[in-house]
Amino acid sequence: MAFDYDKYIRPGKLPHIWCPGCGHGIVMKGLIRAIDTLGLEKNNTAIVSGIGCASRLPGYLDFCTLHTAHGRAAAFATGVKMARPEMNVICVGGDGDGTAIGGNHFIHACRRNINMTYIVMNNNIYGMTGGQFSPCTPTGAKASTTPYGNPDPAFDVAKLAIGAGATFVARGTAYHATQIDKLIVEAVQHKGFSVVEILDDCPTTYGRRNKFKSVIEMMNRLKDIAVPVKAAEKMTPEQLQGKIITGVLFKEERPEYTAEYAKVIERAKGGK
Amino acid sequence: MAKKVAFLQGNEAAAQGALYAGCKFFAGYPITPSTEVAEVLSAELPKIGGKFIQMEDEIAAMAAVIGGSLAGSKALTATSGPGLSLKQELIGYACIAETPVVIVNVMRGGPSTGMPTGPSQSDVMSAKWGTHGDHPAICLVPASVQELFEETVRAFNLAEKYRTPVMVMPDEIVAHMRERIVFPEPGELEVIDRTAPSVPPEQYKPYDTKFGDVPPLAAFGSGYRFHVTGLNKMDDGFPTTKAAVVQAEEERQVRKVDANIDDIVKFEEYMLDDAEVAVVAFGSTSRSARFAVNEARKQGIKAGLFRIKTFWPFPEKQIKALSSKVKALITPEMNLGMCTVEVRRCAEGKAPVHGIFRVDGEPINPGQILDKIKEVK
Repeated sequence: MAFDYDKYIRPGKLPHIWCPGCGHGIVMKGLIRAIDTLGLEKNNTAIVSGIGCASRLPGYLDFCTLHTAHGRAAAFATGVKMARPEMNVICVGGDGDGTAIGGNHFIHACRRNINMTYIVMNNNIYGMTGGQFSPCTPTGAKASTTPYGNPDPAFDVAKLAIGAGATFVARGTAYHATQIDKLIVEAVQHKGFSVVEILDDCPTTYGRRNKFKSVIEMMNRLKDIAVPVKAAEKMTPEQLQGKIITGVLFKEERPEYTAEYAKVIERAKGGK
Repeated sequence: MAKKVAFLQGNEAAAQGALYAGCKFFAGYPITPSTEVAEVLSAELPKIGGKFIQMEDEIAAMAAVIGGSLAGSKALTATSGPGLSLKQELIGYACIAETPVVIVNVMRGGPSTGMPTGPSQSDVMSAKWGTHGDHPAICLVPASVQELFEETVRAFNLAEKYRTPVMVMPDEIVAHMRERIVFPEPGELEVIDRTAPSVPPEQYKPYDTKFGDVPPLAAFGSGYRFHVTGLNKMDDGFPTTKAAVVQAEEERQVRKVDANIDDIVKFEEYMLDDAEVAVVAFGSTSRSARFAVNEARKQGIKAGLFRIKTFWPFPEKQIKALSSKVKALITPEMNLGMCTVEVRRCAEGKAPVHGIFRVDGEPINPGQILDKIKEVK
């Protein structure tokens, strides 16, 4: 029997705003399948986002949903999680939202290791505003604000998260649709701050400017550059040039923030 | 039993007032001269099972209190000038998403880093005009440690009652002075909680005006699930660009305050019955003004004080009435004329308004005000 996405979609809220060929819908379906696998209770799950195309995702889903201000998802989510540590909290958003204007909140949520999952839909561009370069736009690429090619170096979101202290970091792509839910399931099950970066495509504002002839070509690129962690281990740095490694990139156990704060409460109540 | 009496600093009193009001969540960022609010709550909140978190910046602190409030906790943040500027974006978010939160903003010299340890009253316009767009504004300006406690309680009440952010703005003098405070007994001051939904979850809409201008607010995680956004929204919380809905919603949000001015505006009238010269002042400046009024009376001058306790909404009606009764108004303030502009607007030319402005980090002393009273009487 086909998977029933409808039971997680808010009635009357579709169609979504995403352009034909955009990968955000693939990620949303992956998230829904992951939530279904995990059996997360709707009333006990908050989905929080910032601003941008990807950040419109929570509105379509039938949970406690919070569409915040640009870049602020992790900070709002931290408030929700602190007030109700028993809730499942999942943040979603784009690369510009999460790593530029929201970069500070993102790295500090990583550092605190607060128990939530942050899904970064990285399409290398600010899509909603019409295709300006983001911190994840490759050097040399064309954007509406880099007409001569992007002079900026790009962030590696996964490395940024690992460096900042996230205790679970995974990467997938919009092409590898069936892997997305598996990565999200593992991320949500992990106790601590987990980051899932999904390499995504924006045919409308990135693809057209950067000589991708079609969505299929953009998707094929994701297929071609992705190397699973295990395969990458056997490859030389030269062979990995231009590739991106997918799968669970990093995992460690470290005290989780709300659990640590519960200890603070115990100490305060005990007068210690 | 005798009431508990203490010798307390203003910021400490604000923290205690928050606890009295039922605050369970504080998120902040260190900034002079408001930091003691955070310090006290970092110690006190966990004792009652509440939560304290120091965030990575002022914006994050504002975001976290909105998140905490939506999850059902009465939430507070504290800051000062530059921090208030940073928080403005999300103060607007709290306005449009109609989320109760309280912001204690201790006024120091500005603009920018200004004079971090010097007193000022120059954030009062930021309290109303700081965030973009039309929105309701409530701003309380206490003048003593006792009042800072009580007005913090009232700020929570107003935030919860009207589903909107409320600012408590002591100047640095009020925030850092130490005075005797008599703690109200539990139950002595009114404590208001937001109205919970009366309908089952499947019928709940977070902005359902069927329940009036201030619709009930459910909490995330309480069995109700709904959508919250900073976009203009419909009654179900989802974005809309429908002209009629946007217009009506914007007007309703502002009306929550405008239609309840008499409930929100508090002031004190001192020796105004026969006054010919009225000093209009707030915060620590009003203490100098009271001293000056007493001195003037001793010298046979009919002076009085109108003390503003609620800066926003502005006590328009009262100032208007006052201006047709007196020969002159005097507005001492630690800025270059922010309250003066408002008083002049309300006076509508019926009485001249004489400002006394200081922005040098020094308080306005009674002598300055007395001199002006004598000059204009």
